[in-house]
Amino acid sequence: MTSTSEASAGLSWEELVTTALLGTDRRTPPGAVPGREAPVALLDAAAVETVRRRAGIRPVRAAARPQPAAPDRRPPLPPAATRRLTTLLADRPGTGGGRRGTAPDLMELLPQWLALANAHGYAAPPEALPALLDAARGRTDLRPAVLAFAGARALWLARLNTDWRFALRAAPGGGASLPGPDEPEGVRRLWREGLFAERVALLTAIRAGDAAAARELLSSTWPTERAEDRLMFLDTLRTGLAAADEPFLEAALTDRSRNVRATAAELLSALPDSALARRMAKRATACVAVDHMGGTSSGTGAPAIVVEAPHECDPGMERDGVLPKAPAGRGERSWWLGQLVEAAPLGAWSGRFGGRTPEEIVALPVADDWQSELHGAWCRAAVRQRDPGWSRALLGAPSTPEAGGPGAASLAERAKLLATLEGGKRAEWVAGFIATHGLSEAFQLLGVCAVPWAPPLGRAVVDALDIARDAGSYPWSFSGVMGLAERCLDPGEAVRLQPLTATPEDAEDAAPGAGGYWAEAFQRLATTLRLRATMRAELEPPGA
Amino acid sequence: MTQQGVRWTAEQVLALAPDAASRKAGSKLAVAGPWSSAGSSDEGTVWGLCKGSGSKPYQTIIDVADSSGPAYKCSCPSRKFPCKHALGLLLLWAGDDAAVPSGAAPDWAEQWLSGRRTRAAERTTRTDAASGATSADPEAARRRAERRADRITAGAAELEQRLTDLFRGGLAAAEQAGYGLWEETAARMVDAQAPGLAARVRELGAIPGSGPGWPVRLLEECALLHLLDRGWLRRDLLPDGLAATVRSRIGLSGSPDGPPVRDRWLALAQYDTSDSHLTTRRIWLHGTESGRTALLLSYGAAGRAPELSLPVGLAFEAEVSAYASAGQPRVALGERFTAPEPTAVRPPGITPAEAAARYGAALRDDPWLDSSPVTLTRVVPTPDGDSWQLADADGDTALPLTATALSRPGLWRLIALSGGTPVTVFGECGHRGFTPLTAWAEEQSEDARGHAVALC
Repeated sequence: MTSTSEASAGLSWEELVTTALLGTDRRTPPGAVPGREAPVALLDAAAVETVRRRAGIRPVRAAARPQPAAPDRRPPLPPAATRRLTTLLADRPGTGGGRRGTAPDLMELLPQWLALANAHGYAAPPEALPALLDAARGRTDLRPAVLAFAGARALWLARLNTDWRFALRAAPGGGASLPGPDEPEGVRRLWREGLFAERVALLTAIRAGDAAAARELLSSTWPTERAEDRLMFLDTLRTGLAAADEPFLEAALTDRSRNVRATAAELLSALPDSALARRMAKRATACVAVDHMGGTSSGTGAPAIVVEAPHECDPGMERDGVLPKAPAGRGERSWWLGQLVEAAPLGAWSGRFGGRTPEEIVALPVADDWQSELHGAWCRAAVRQRDPGWSRALLGAPSTPEAGGPGAASLAERAKLLATLEGGKRAEWVAGFIATHGLSEAFQLLGVCAVPWAPPLGRAVVDALDIARDAGSYPWSFSGVMGLAERCLDPGEAVRLQPLTATPEDAEDAAPGAGGYWAEAFQRLATTLRLRATMRAELEPPGA
Repeated sequence: MTQQGVRWTAEQVLALAPDAASRKAGSKLAVAGPWSSAGSSDEGTVWGLCKGSGSKPYQTIIDVADSSGPAYKCSCPSRKFPCKHALGLLLLWAGDDAAVPSGAAPDWAEQWLSGRRTRAAERTTRTDAASGATSADPEAARRRAERRADRITAGAAELEQRLTDLFRGGLAAAEQAGYGLWEETAARMVDAQAPGLAARVRELGAIPGSGPGWPVRLLEECALLHLLDRGWLRRDLLPDGLAATVRSRIGLSGSPDGPPVRDRWLALAQYDTSDSHLTTRRIWLHGTESGRTALLLSYGAAGRAPELSLPVGLAFEAEVSAYASAGQPRVALGERFTAPEPTAVRPPGITPAEAAARYGAALRDDPWLDSSPVTLTRVVPTPDGDSWQLADADGDTALPLTATALSRPGLWRLIALSGGTPVTVFGECGHRGFTPLTAWAEEQSEDARGHAVALC
């Protein structure tokens, strides 16, 4: 603030300060009254001036006011949900110890709370935005949901506080700041002059509305872009990839950058009708055949698959994205074969194998130890082409012994295959898997199942936990699954858990104290489920 | 007399927590799981049994509507106050009607409650008796007061001598003298039974080395200290009000002997400051009928939250009595007639220019005043270089925010609440700038009346 008296009394105040610094032994204070001690005179004068300066305080000139944030038209949160959000945000990481005990881990429920709030389309309470942004700053996995919930005002805030700059980068399209399709000049300028992140956001936003326009924009500057930028721009085509993208991608197959070429080929192979897919189908099917005369080893006359891997990686293959150099420890020919089969459209195999279904094809024996190579490549193709029929066939029955073992598909691959299945089928398969193989391998598979878990899956998990308890192991051996169950189990299952929350007598062969820990873990599970049900109810719109 | 269904918000409950760890621990207990036999009464008592690590559950009781602030009792061994069980139960009560249903208190809770009521009644009687005893021997009380006044006078004279010596040699030299000089002088002032002088002297020690402009700040504070010394030494010549202000600034606690004023008080803000010995809680109140602004002070030993706590944004009916001293809004809380509940009333606001003028005018009664409580209306938090100001939405003046305000997380809650549009802000306005304490968003529509957002 400024002081009125500064102009008139500025000089004497300055003199008082100077005298105070030097000391009255060296300098006589201004306006000293004879007969009064010099330091006292100085203090008297300074006291008068200090009070005068303070009493004369006036406001300062207003600086340029910020542009107001766009109003949030979404309905406000119900009061109970607002209070819940405060509680969830108060449970910040780093303020306490591990996850033992019966109380729920609130921070773990925040993602679910955000998903529900977003599904209802509520506006975030403005005063909660700083805490939300702080939470998202520390946890990148929270960012999309937080930013969707926090809305345009959070981006407005992020422009004022460097701590939250991530919001400007992470927000899809940077929110309201991007020019719309009705502002072609704005679009062109941002595409020409924008920062890389802004340009990606712009491209993604336009692609979502008008794929052709986005391609056109990208083509306009494509040859002048840097290789790593080309790669990122190419990635935006992944969403909404369509036949219309083929010419552009086909051109990119001759790109200077090997990574760009490989990505273009990968995208093309996901378009089953593309010329590249047809070329790959031709190459792949040439290597794989059905031998009706009987495999050399079995000699039974039953049909079997024989594989003749490519003998060279010719320039055509290389141009279509096949990497010629195998990683250490892999044979070149099997490396090439894998890439061909992975990139070939799965539809090609039925014709190759006399109209067999995927199940029948997968069931065929494969000669000369090629099975894991071939099935592995089919798995990658099924994931890439999002083909549920083939996924189903490659997953096999959940109860077969090899489903739990190493087999052709690793657990990570199985999780990816599962992700291409429809939700109910996914849950059913995982439930079957758990019923046969238990929980120790199930973690990754559970992660791809829809939340809340379908009843058969939920029951399979709870039963398996109960079995693990009876076997006398400690609950923290299953802490990953337990944590997932807390977040994903249907709250309706809380009732079924009630009998498990009692502390049992330790069985003779059980780990000491395990029963108590299990009771605690089940209590936390039940408590968390009830809390989730409350959370959900609190978010119901009033009068709904 | 609590209306049924009027419960605190989670924020208000969390404000009771003595530290961040308690907030977290309390939040974790705010679920139905560990609790059994939980319930609440319409009078504002909440109780429950919480399963702990032992076989016997902890008995937790909170009396929310007690006239001197919430009272807690828990059979757990925690030394935190309130403990996590009390916080968890209150959060549960605040959030979930079903988990803490209305009902009659069980025996173990009722025993404690009736004990409290008896003790409270006894205390009232005792206070009456004590005041009777004081008046019975006015001569002894007068002699005691005189002895203390003599000590303070000796202390003030000694302090004057130290200041004189300081300014003879110059402040530049004082920078080298360091903190020890001030600590020792402060200790002398404690001996002289002048805690107000001691606190000011201690603060002087921190000024050298507090950044550019420190000589000016040191000169100002020394001059005001000198003014206080002189005021004490010549208090007989001062008008009554100013003499009372000097006495309270010196640290002679007056008594809340003003006539009891009954009003519906809105809790405007509550915040704590603490040093190594003491936590001081300041609660600003607004009389919704009288328009009066009042300050409640409550103290706790270091590391313990003071007992008095009022939920910001809620109003309650109570009597307060003013402390004798001109220009100071401090009151003592008397009887409370209702529990805190939501209100639509907001304090009337003024402009930044009027706020600065009000602080200037307040210095007439208390030249040592650092700031006065003010509600600003229609102001926009506005960035100003590295700093922020509250700019008048309808004019071209603004109040800069204090360094304290800039370093608090509440600053960003305020900015977020505003979003570049005008807000109403209550805070303290003084020579260092404005410290916002509570804000309300402008009303978007009739049904979306902005609630109070605590910023401290």
